[in-house]
This record gives sequence, C-alpha cells and structure tokens, in this order.
Amino acid sequence: MEGSMGLGARIQEGDCAVLKRDEVFKAVPILKRRKVIFEKQWFYLDNAIGHIYGTTFEVTSGGSLQPKKEIEEPTTETKEAGTDNRNIVDDGKSQKLTHDDIKALKEKGIKGQEIVQQLIENSTTFRDKTEFAQDKYIKKKKKKYEAVITIVKPSTRILSTMYYAREPGKINHLRYDTLAQMLTLGNIRAGNKMIVMETCAGLVLGAVMERMGGYGSIIQMYPQGGPVRAATSCFGFPASFFNSLYEFPLSKVDSLLSRTFSIETLPSESEDNIPAEEESNGSLDEKPASIQETEEESTTEATMEGNQTEEQETMDLAAEDTENKESKEKGNKENIREKQRKQQERRKKLVEAAALLKEKNADGLIVAGRFHPTPLLLSLLEFVAPSRPFVVYCQYREPLLECYTKLREKGGVINLKLSETWLRNYQVLPDRSHPKLTMSGGGGYLLSGITVVMDKGKSDAGRLEAQKTEEPTSKKRKLEELHS
Amino acid sequence: MSFVEYGDTIQEGDTAIVFLGHESMFPVKVQHGSKTQTKTQILYSTDISLITMMLELKPGSIVCESGTGSGSLSHAIIRTVAPTGHLYTVEFHQQRAEKAMEEFREHKVEHLVTVKNQDVCKNGFGVSNMADAVFLDIPSPWEAIGHAKSALKVEGGRFCSFSPCIEQVQRTCLALEEHGFTEINTLEILLRVYNVRTISLQIPDLGKAAEDNSNPGFDSSNQANQGVMCGSQQQGTAQFKSGVPLREMVGHTGYLTFATKSLS
Repeated sequence: MEGSMGLGARIQEGDCAVLKRDEVFKAVPILKRRKVIFEKQWFYLDNAIGHIYGTTFEVTSGGSLQPKKEIEEPTTETKEAGTDNRNIVDDGKSQKLTHDDIKALKEKGIKGQEIVQQLIENSTTFRDKTEFAQDKYIKKKKKKYEAVITIVKPSTRILSTMYYAREPGKINHLRYDTLAQMLTLGNIRAGNKMIVMETCAGLVLGAVMERMGGYGSIIQMYPQGGPVRAATSCFGFPASFFNSLYEFPLSKVDSLLSRTFSIETLPSESEDNIPAEEESNGSLDEKPASIQETEEESTTEATMEGNQTEEQETMDLAAEDTENKESKEKGNKENIREKQRKQQERRKKLVEAAALLKEKNADGLIVAGRFHPTPLLLSLLEFVAPSRPFVVYCQYREPLLECYTKLREKGGVINLKLSETWLRNYQVLPDRSHPKLTMSGGGGYLLSGITVVMDKGKSDAGRLEAQKTEEPTSKKRKLEELHS
Repeated sequence: MSFVEYGDTIQEGDTAIVFLGHESMFPVKVQHGSKTQTKTQILYSTDISLITMMLELKPGSIVCESGTGSGSLSHAIIRTVAPTGHLYTVEFHQQRAEKAMEEFREHKVEHLVTVKNQDVCKNGFGVSNMADAVFLDIPSPWEAIGHAKSALKVEGGRFCSFSPCIEQVQRTCLALEEHGFTEINTLEILLRVYNVRTISLQIPDLGKAAEDNSNPGFDSSNQANQGVMCGSQQQGTAQFKSGVPLREMVGHTGYLTFATKSLS
C-alpha cells in the first residue's frame, strides 16, 4: 500500500479510474450497469472489475469489455513497397471499400485488426506507398478501427495530462510540466506543513497530497463557495490522508492576521461552505426553511454547551440508530442531527486550522488560481516560516511582474524567480525522428522564492537583491533607464 | 541536519546555503574554523521536476537509478520517496560511488539509499521485481533495458532515460519497444527565466503640426496616453514593467524518454 503503483491493485467498484487510449485519457467512476462513452465508443465497465490496473481491454459488440490478448504483430506480408510518391495521385478513390461496406463489417462483429487488413487489401495505392507511408497508413487505420482501451490508476501525471488536454479552463491552463516544477520548487514532501490556495478543481491539492503521502498537514485556503475538490477525489487517496487536510476561508485571513479572528464571527454555515464533493449526500433532501432555522438554533446551542452537547448528540445518534428503520419523521430528525454533527466537526476543524495558521510556521506556500496573486501572496506569506520556499502560478505574466515588485518592496523574500517552461514532444522512429507537429503555446508562468527573516524596515537582503538586479549591464542601450 | 526534514536553527555540521544576491547562491559547511568551500553543482532542476512527476514518485516509492554521478537527482529522489521508500543507485566509477555514499551519510539519508558499485549494463541494479520506477542516465541505456525491466515490479512500473543525443534516444526507443514497454514518449523541457525590469522608452520627437493636430501619431498630450506616461520623471519617456528574457538561455540538456512496463 505504501505508494507503489498499487501492488497489483485491482479495479474495484466505486474507484475513480482513468480510461486510456493512445494519448487520450478520461476519468470515470467504476460503476456497474452504467454506460460509458469514450473515444466514440459505448461500453459497460462491469467486466473490468477485478482486473489489475493497467490491463488493456477490447470493446466487443454489445458494449462489454474483454481483456485483450497479447498484441499479435500486424501481418504486413506486403513486402511490396514503392520508393516515393511521385506517381501516387490522391483522388480519394483509392479505397475500394465504401463507407457502408465498412459499416457492414463492423456490424458483423469483425475485429478491428481484420478491418484494417481488409482496408489494406482493398487499397489500390497501398503497395505503391513507401514502407514509411505504409507504416503510417496502418497506424492511422489501427487508431481508428482497433478499439483498445487501457484502464489505469490515477496519478498526478495522468490527471494533470488529462485535465490539460480535456478541460484546461478548469485548471487555469496549468500545463503538467509547470505543475511538476511547482512541486519541486516548493519542496513538497512528506512531513511538511503546507498552505495551498488553488482554484484548479483540486488538481494542485491532489498533487501536493500525493507528494506528501499522508504525512504532515495541508491547509487549503478557499474563496467564497468553498474548496473545490473534484479532481482530488479522483486520486483515490485513503481516508487517512484527509485527516490532516484542513480548509480555511480566505475571507477570514485578515481577521486572523489582525488577531481579531474568533469562532463566533464565522458566517452561518450554509451549504456554501461544505466542500464541493460532500454535496452529493442523499440525505440533504428536505430543503431550507425549517432546517435552516433549526440549524442556527442548535449552532448557538452547540457553541454554548460545547462538549456536553457533543456527548448528548452521540448518545442521541446511538439511540436513534436502533429506531432508525422506522418512520420518515424519525428520518428527518436524524438528518438534522447528522447535519449538526457534521457542522460540529467542521467548526472543530476550522478552529484547528486557525490555530495551525496562527503558528506562522508553515513549510511552504503554493498558490495557483484565477485570483490576482499579489494580495494573496502578501497576506498568506505571513503564515510561512522563514527560510522556506513558495511558488505562485499565474496563467498570465503581468500579474506576476506586479507581484514580484510588491514583494521586493515588502522584503522578507530572496531568490525571486519568474519563469516558464518550454515543452516539446518528439516522434522517435528509425530514420524518422523529429519534433512533433504541434506543441503547447504556453503553460503558464511561475514566480518562486524563499522567505527570510524580516529586518526592521527594508531587509538587507532585499536591498542587496535590488542593487544586483538593477545594475545596468555593460551592453545596456542608452535609451533604457532603470529606477530602483 | 537531515535532508528529509526541516530544522529551525543553524547547527554545527549543517550545510547551509548562502545567498549573496541574484543568481549567486552557494552551499557552505557550518564548521568552526573551516574556510568556505565552493562546490560546483550540476543542476538540472527543471528536468528533475519533470522526471519526478512522470515517474510518479512519492513517499514509499522504490526507485532504481544509474549512474549516480553528482548525486543531484539521487538527493531529489530520496527527498521525494522518504520516509518509507528507497533508492537503489548504481555507479560504475568507484570513487564517485564512494563519494556518493559519504554524502548520503553526511546528509543523514543513508537509510533511504543503497549504493552499488557495478556496471548496470552487465549486472543490473541488484534487485528484481521490486521497483516502481527506473531511471537511466548512462551512455548506452539500450544495453540496460533488459535489466530495467527485471528490476521493475511484475505488475508494471515507470521508466525514464535521459540522453543528450538523438541517436541514443532512437536506439533506446527501439530497445524499449522490443522489450514490450508501452507509452513510449520522448520529450524535452527547457526553462525560460525572466528578469523583472522597469523600462523607460523615449518618445520620439515627430515635430508639431503647423495648425491643427491632424497628425494621428503618438500625441503626448492625449488623454489616452497619460496612463503610459505617468510615473516618468523625464518629459518624453514612457515607462513600464517588463519581464525581460535573459540574453542567453540553456537550449538543450537532454532528451527525456519515458515508458511504462505493463503487465506481463
């Protein structure tokens, strides 16, 4: 269980798994009798349950999955090949099988491999193509007609690649290599006390949690609406990981810093502040009015009576359990109790989170979101110990320029670095190696640095850094002027 | 001082990092009476970050690596797999292997790493069916693919090879395919750094129109241009903040080839 690829972990119902076909990923919950669509195919996942993660399946007619046997090498008996394409005319008529013919083959249940073979045999130009062109042709047809899917266990690598390809808007266009840089620059590792502020669907949080392996603690700062952890739940972390995960509202940061924070001044806990994944709790059927009132009443009760109420509640819950199977009225009451209990827990955790923050000794800060980074950094850095790294991601460069400037004015940080990474994929084949045709135009920017102890007034380190960076180089153009 | 734990105060015997200013940091041994030693450090931090994530390293991971070299990746791996993982690192140069062992001891991480002084191409990593990930940074990685495969767990694992030359990459990819690896993928990653500077550009003097302001050019008295002008101490300059790229940047470190060993 310790962080290996799963010790041969098996696909289980309820897991969040990732479907993979070539370079395309999609995260799905493993549920029985639930039709799934992926890469233009419909199928059920039932047959996948029990197999080891990493198994490759074929989609058979009827939509069921069958484990694929060893890939038999394609029969390229056609040793016949041309030397170049000077005589090959692309008139769209070289394939003799019609659209309907192919459809008929598919309906007969002919395997993809066989269809590809048919296409080759019915192509008038195939044997004139060069070997490379034939290779390319076969690969292309295979991709289209061979329905092979692998089910893999989620990881930062897989989920970050998937999100960037499918839903980059949800993660502020954070490219996976940029995320990789953040994790290393931030020295994310087991035992840290991390502060994370992200609006990337919980992907960044999940990545941090994966690298911490359940050791240490994380305080997730969240904006109005509560912390979103859709991606986090995809990772499939054990429940214990969440014991050391806290959340704290940004709207209370100021009060915490000015020491005016108190549990009493918390906003009334409406549905808003429930971490997004909890909302699918079926028992939240009965809606607002009456429950809201009861909530508020019992909330004030709870804070006044403290422990007593908790005990009372657990006793009540136990008592209620036995009568549980009875009438709906009792059911309603239990809903309310359950809500109260959950609320108690949340408040407890919130107080703990506040206490953790107040210690001002976090081992690092990660910011990645849609908000302007400057105000976030200026306040959240207060909670970080000296001599610790911090990393801020922004989709755009300009806000980080401002952030950099403000941080330098404030002092207390060194080694500020504004960077981005450039990523390029290659096609590697004998005699055909070259970078791939398209590449990502941009993956966002990072501002990183290290905190230091603040001197009174402007720190010496800050001044030193100011001097060094603002010194004109020998080749400076006369037109440029620097202001410190 | 331990590499895998933060400390609060500087202690005798620690290796501290001294910051002198922009782009000027170096490690220093904290010892009474010792002179500061400067050490050059090979840092592929950008590559290390990508390798760590693509190999899916985390606490508890078992990793095999060769060659150990300067140990910079080794330390990064150890930091990531601690406290429950382990690194098996193979180095065929005896002195380098010994130096590495010494450093691991000094940094109090020797319990997380095993150094073997042998040739990985001939004798492998010394473990079988154990690793979650294998990393190769050797001249002929294609000769070690078989050993990499046997070092990796039966149910699979991740592989990475770092090579400066495309010819090495070609041979490696071929070998990976022959050994049944999947998801073979080669890429490269480069870091672009920006210096934050306040720039002032002079506004050219285009003269004044005789009667009216029919010249639609850049008019310094125009409302719209006030924003650009504000903050300039001199007449006729526009000031702005810019992220300026460096004059030169690293253009190539090596190609990273990743692959997955799938279920046999």
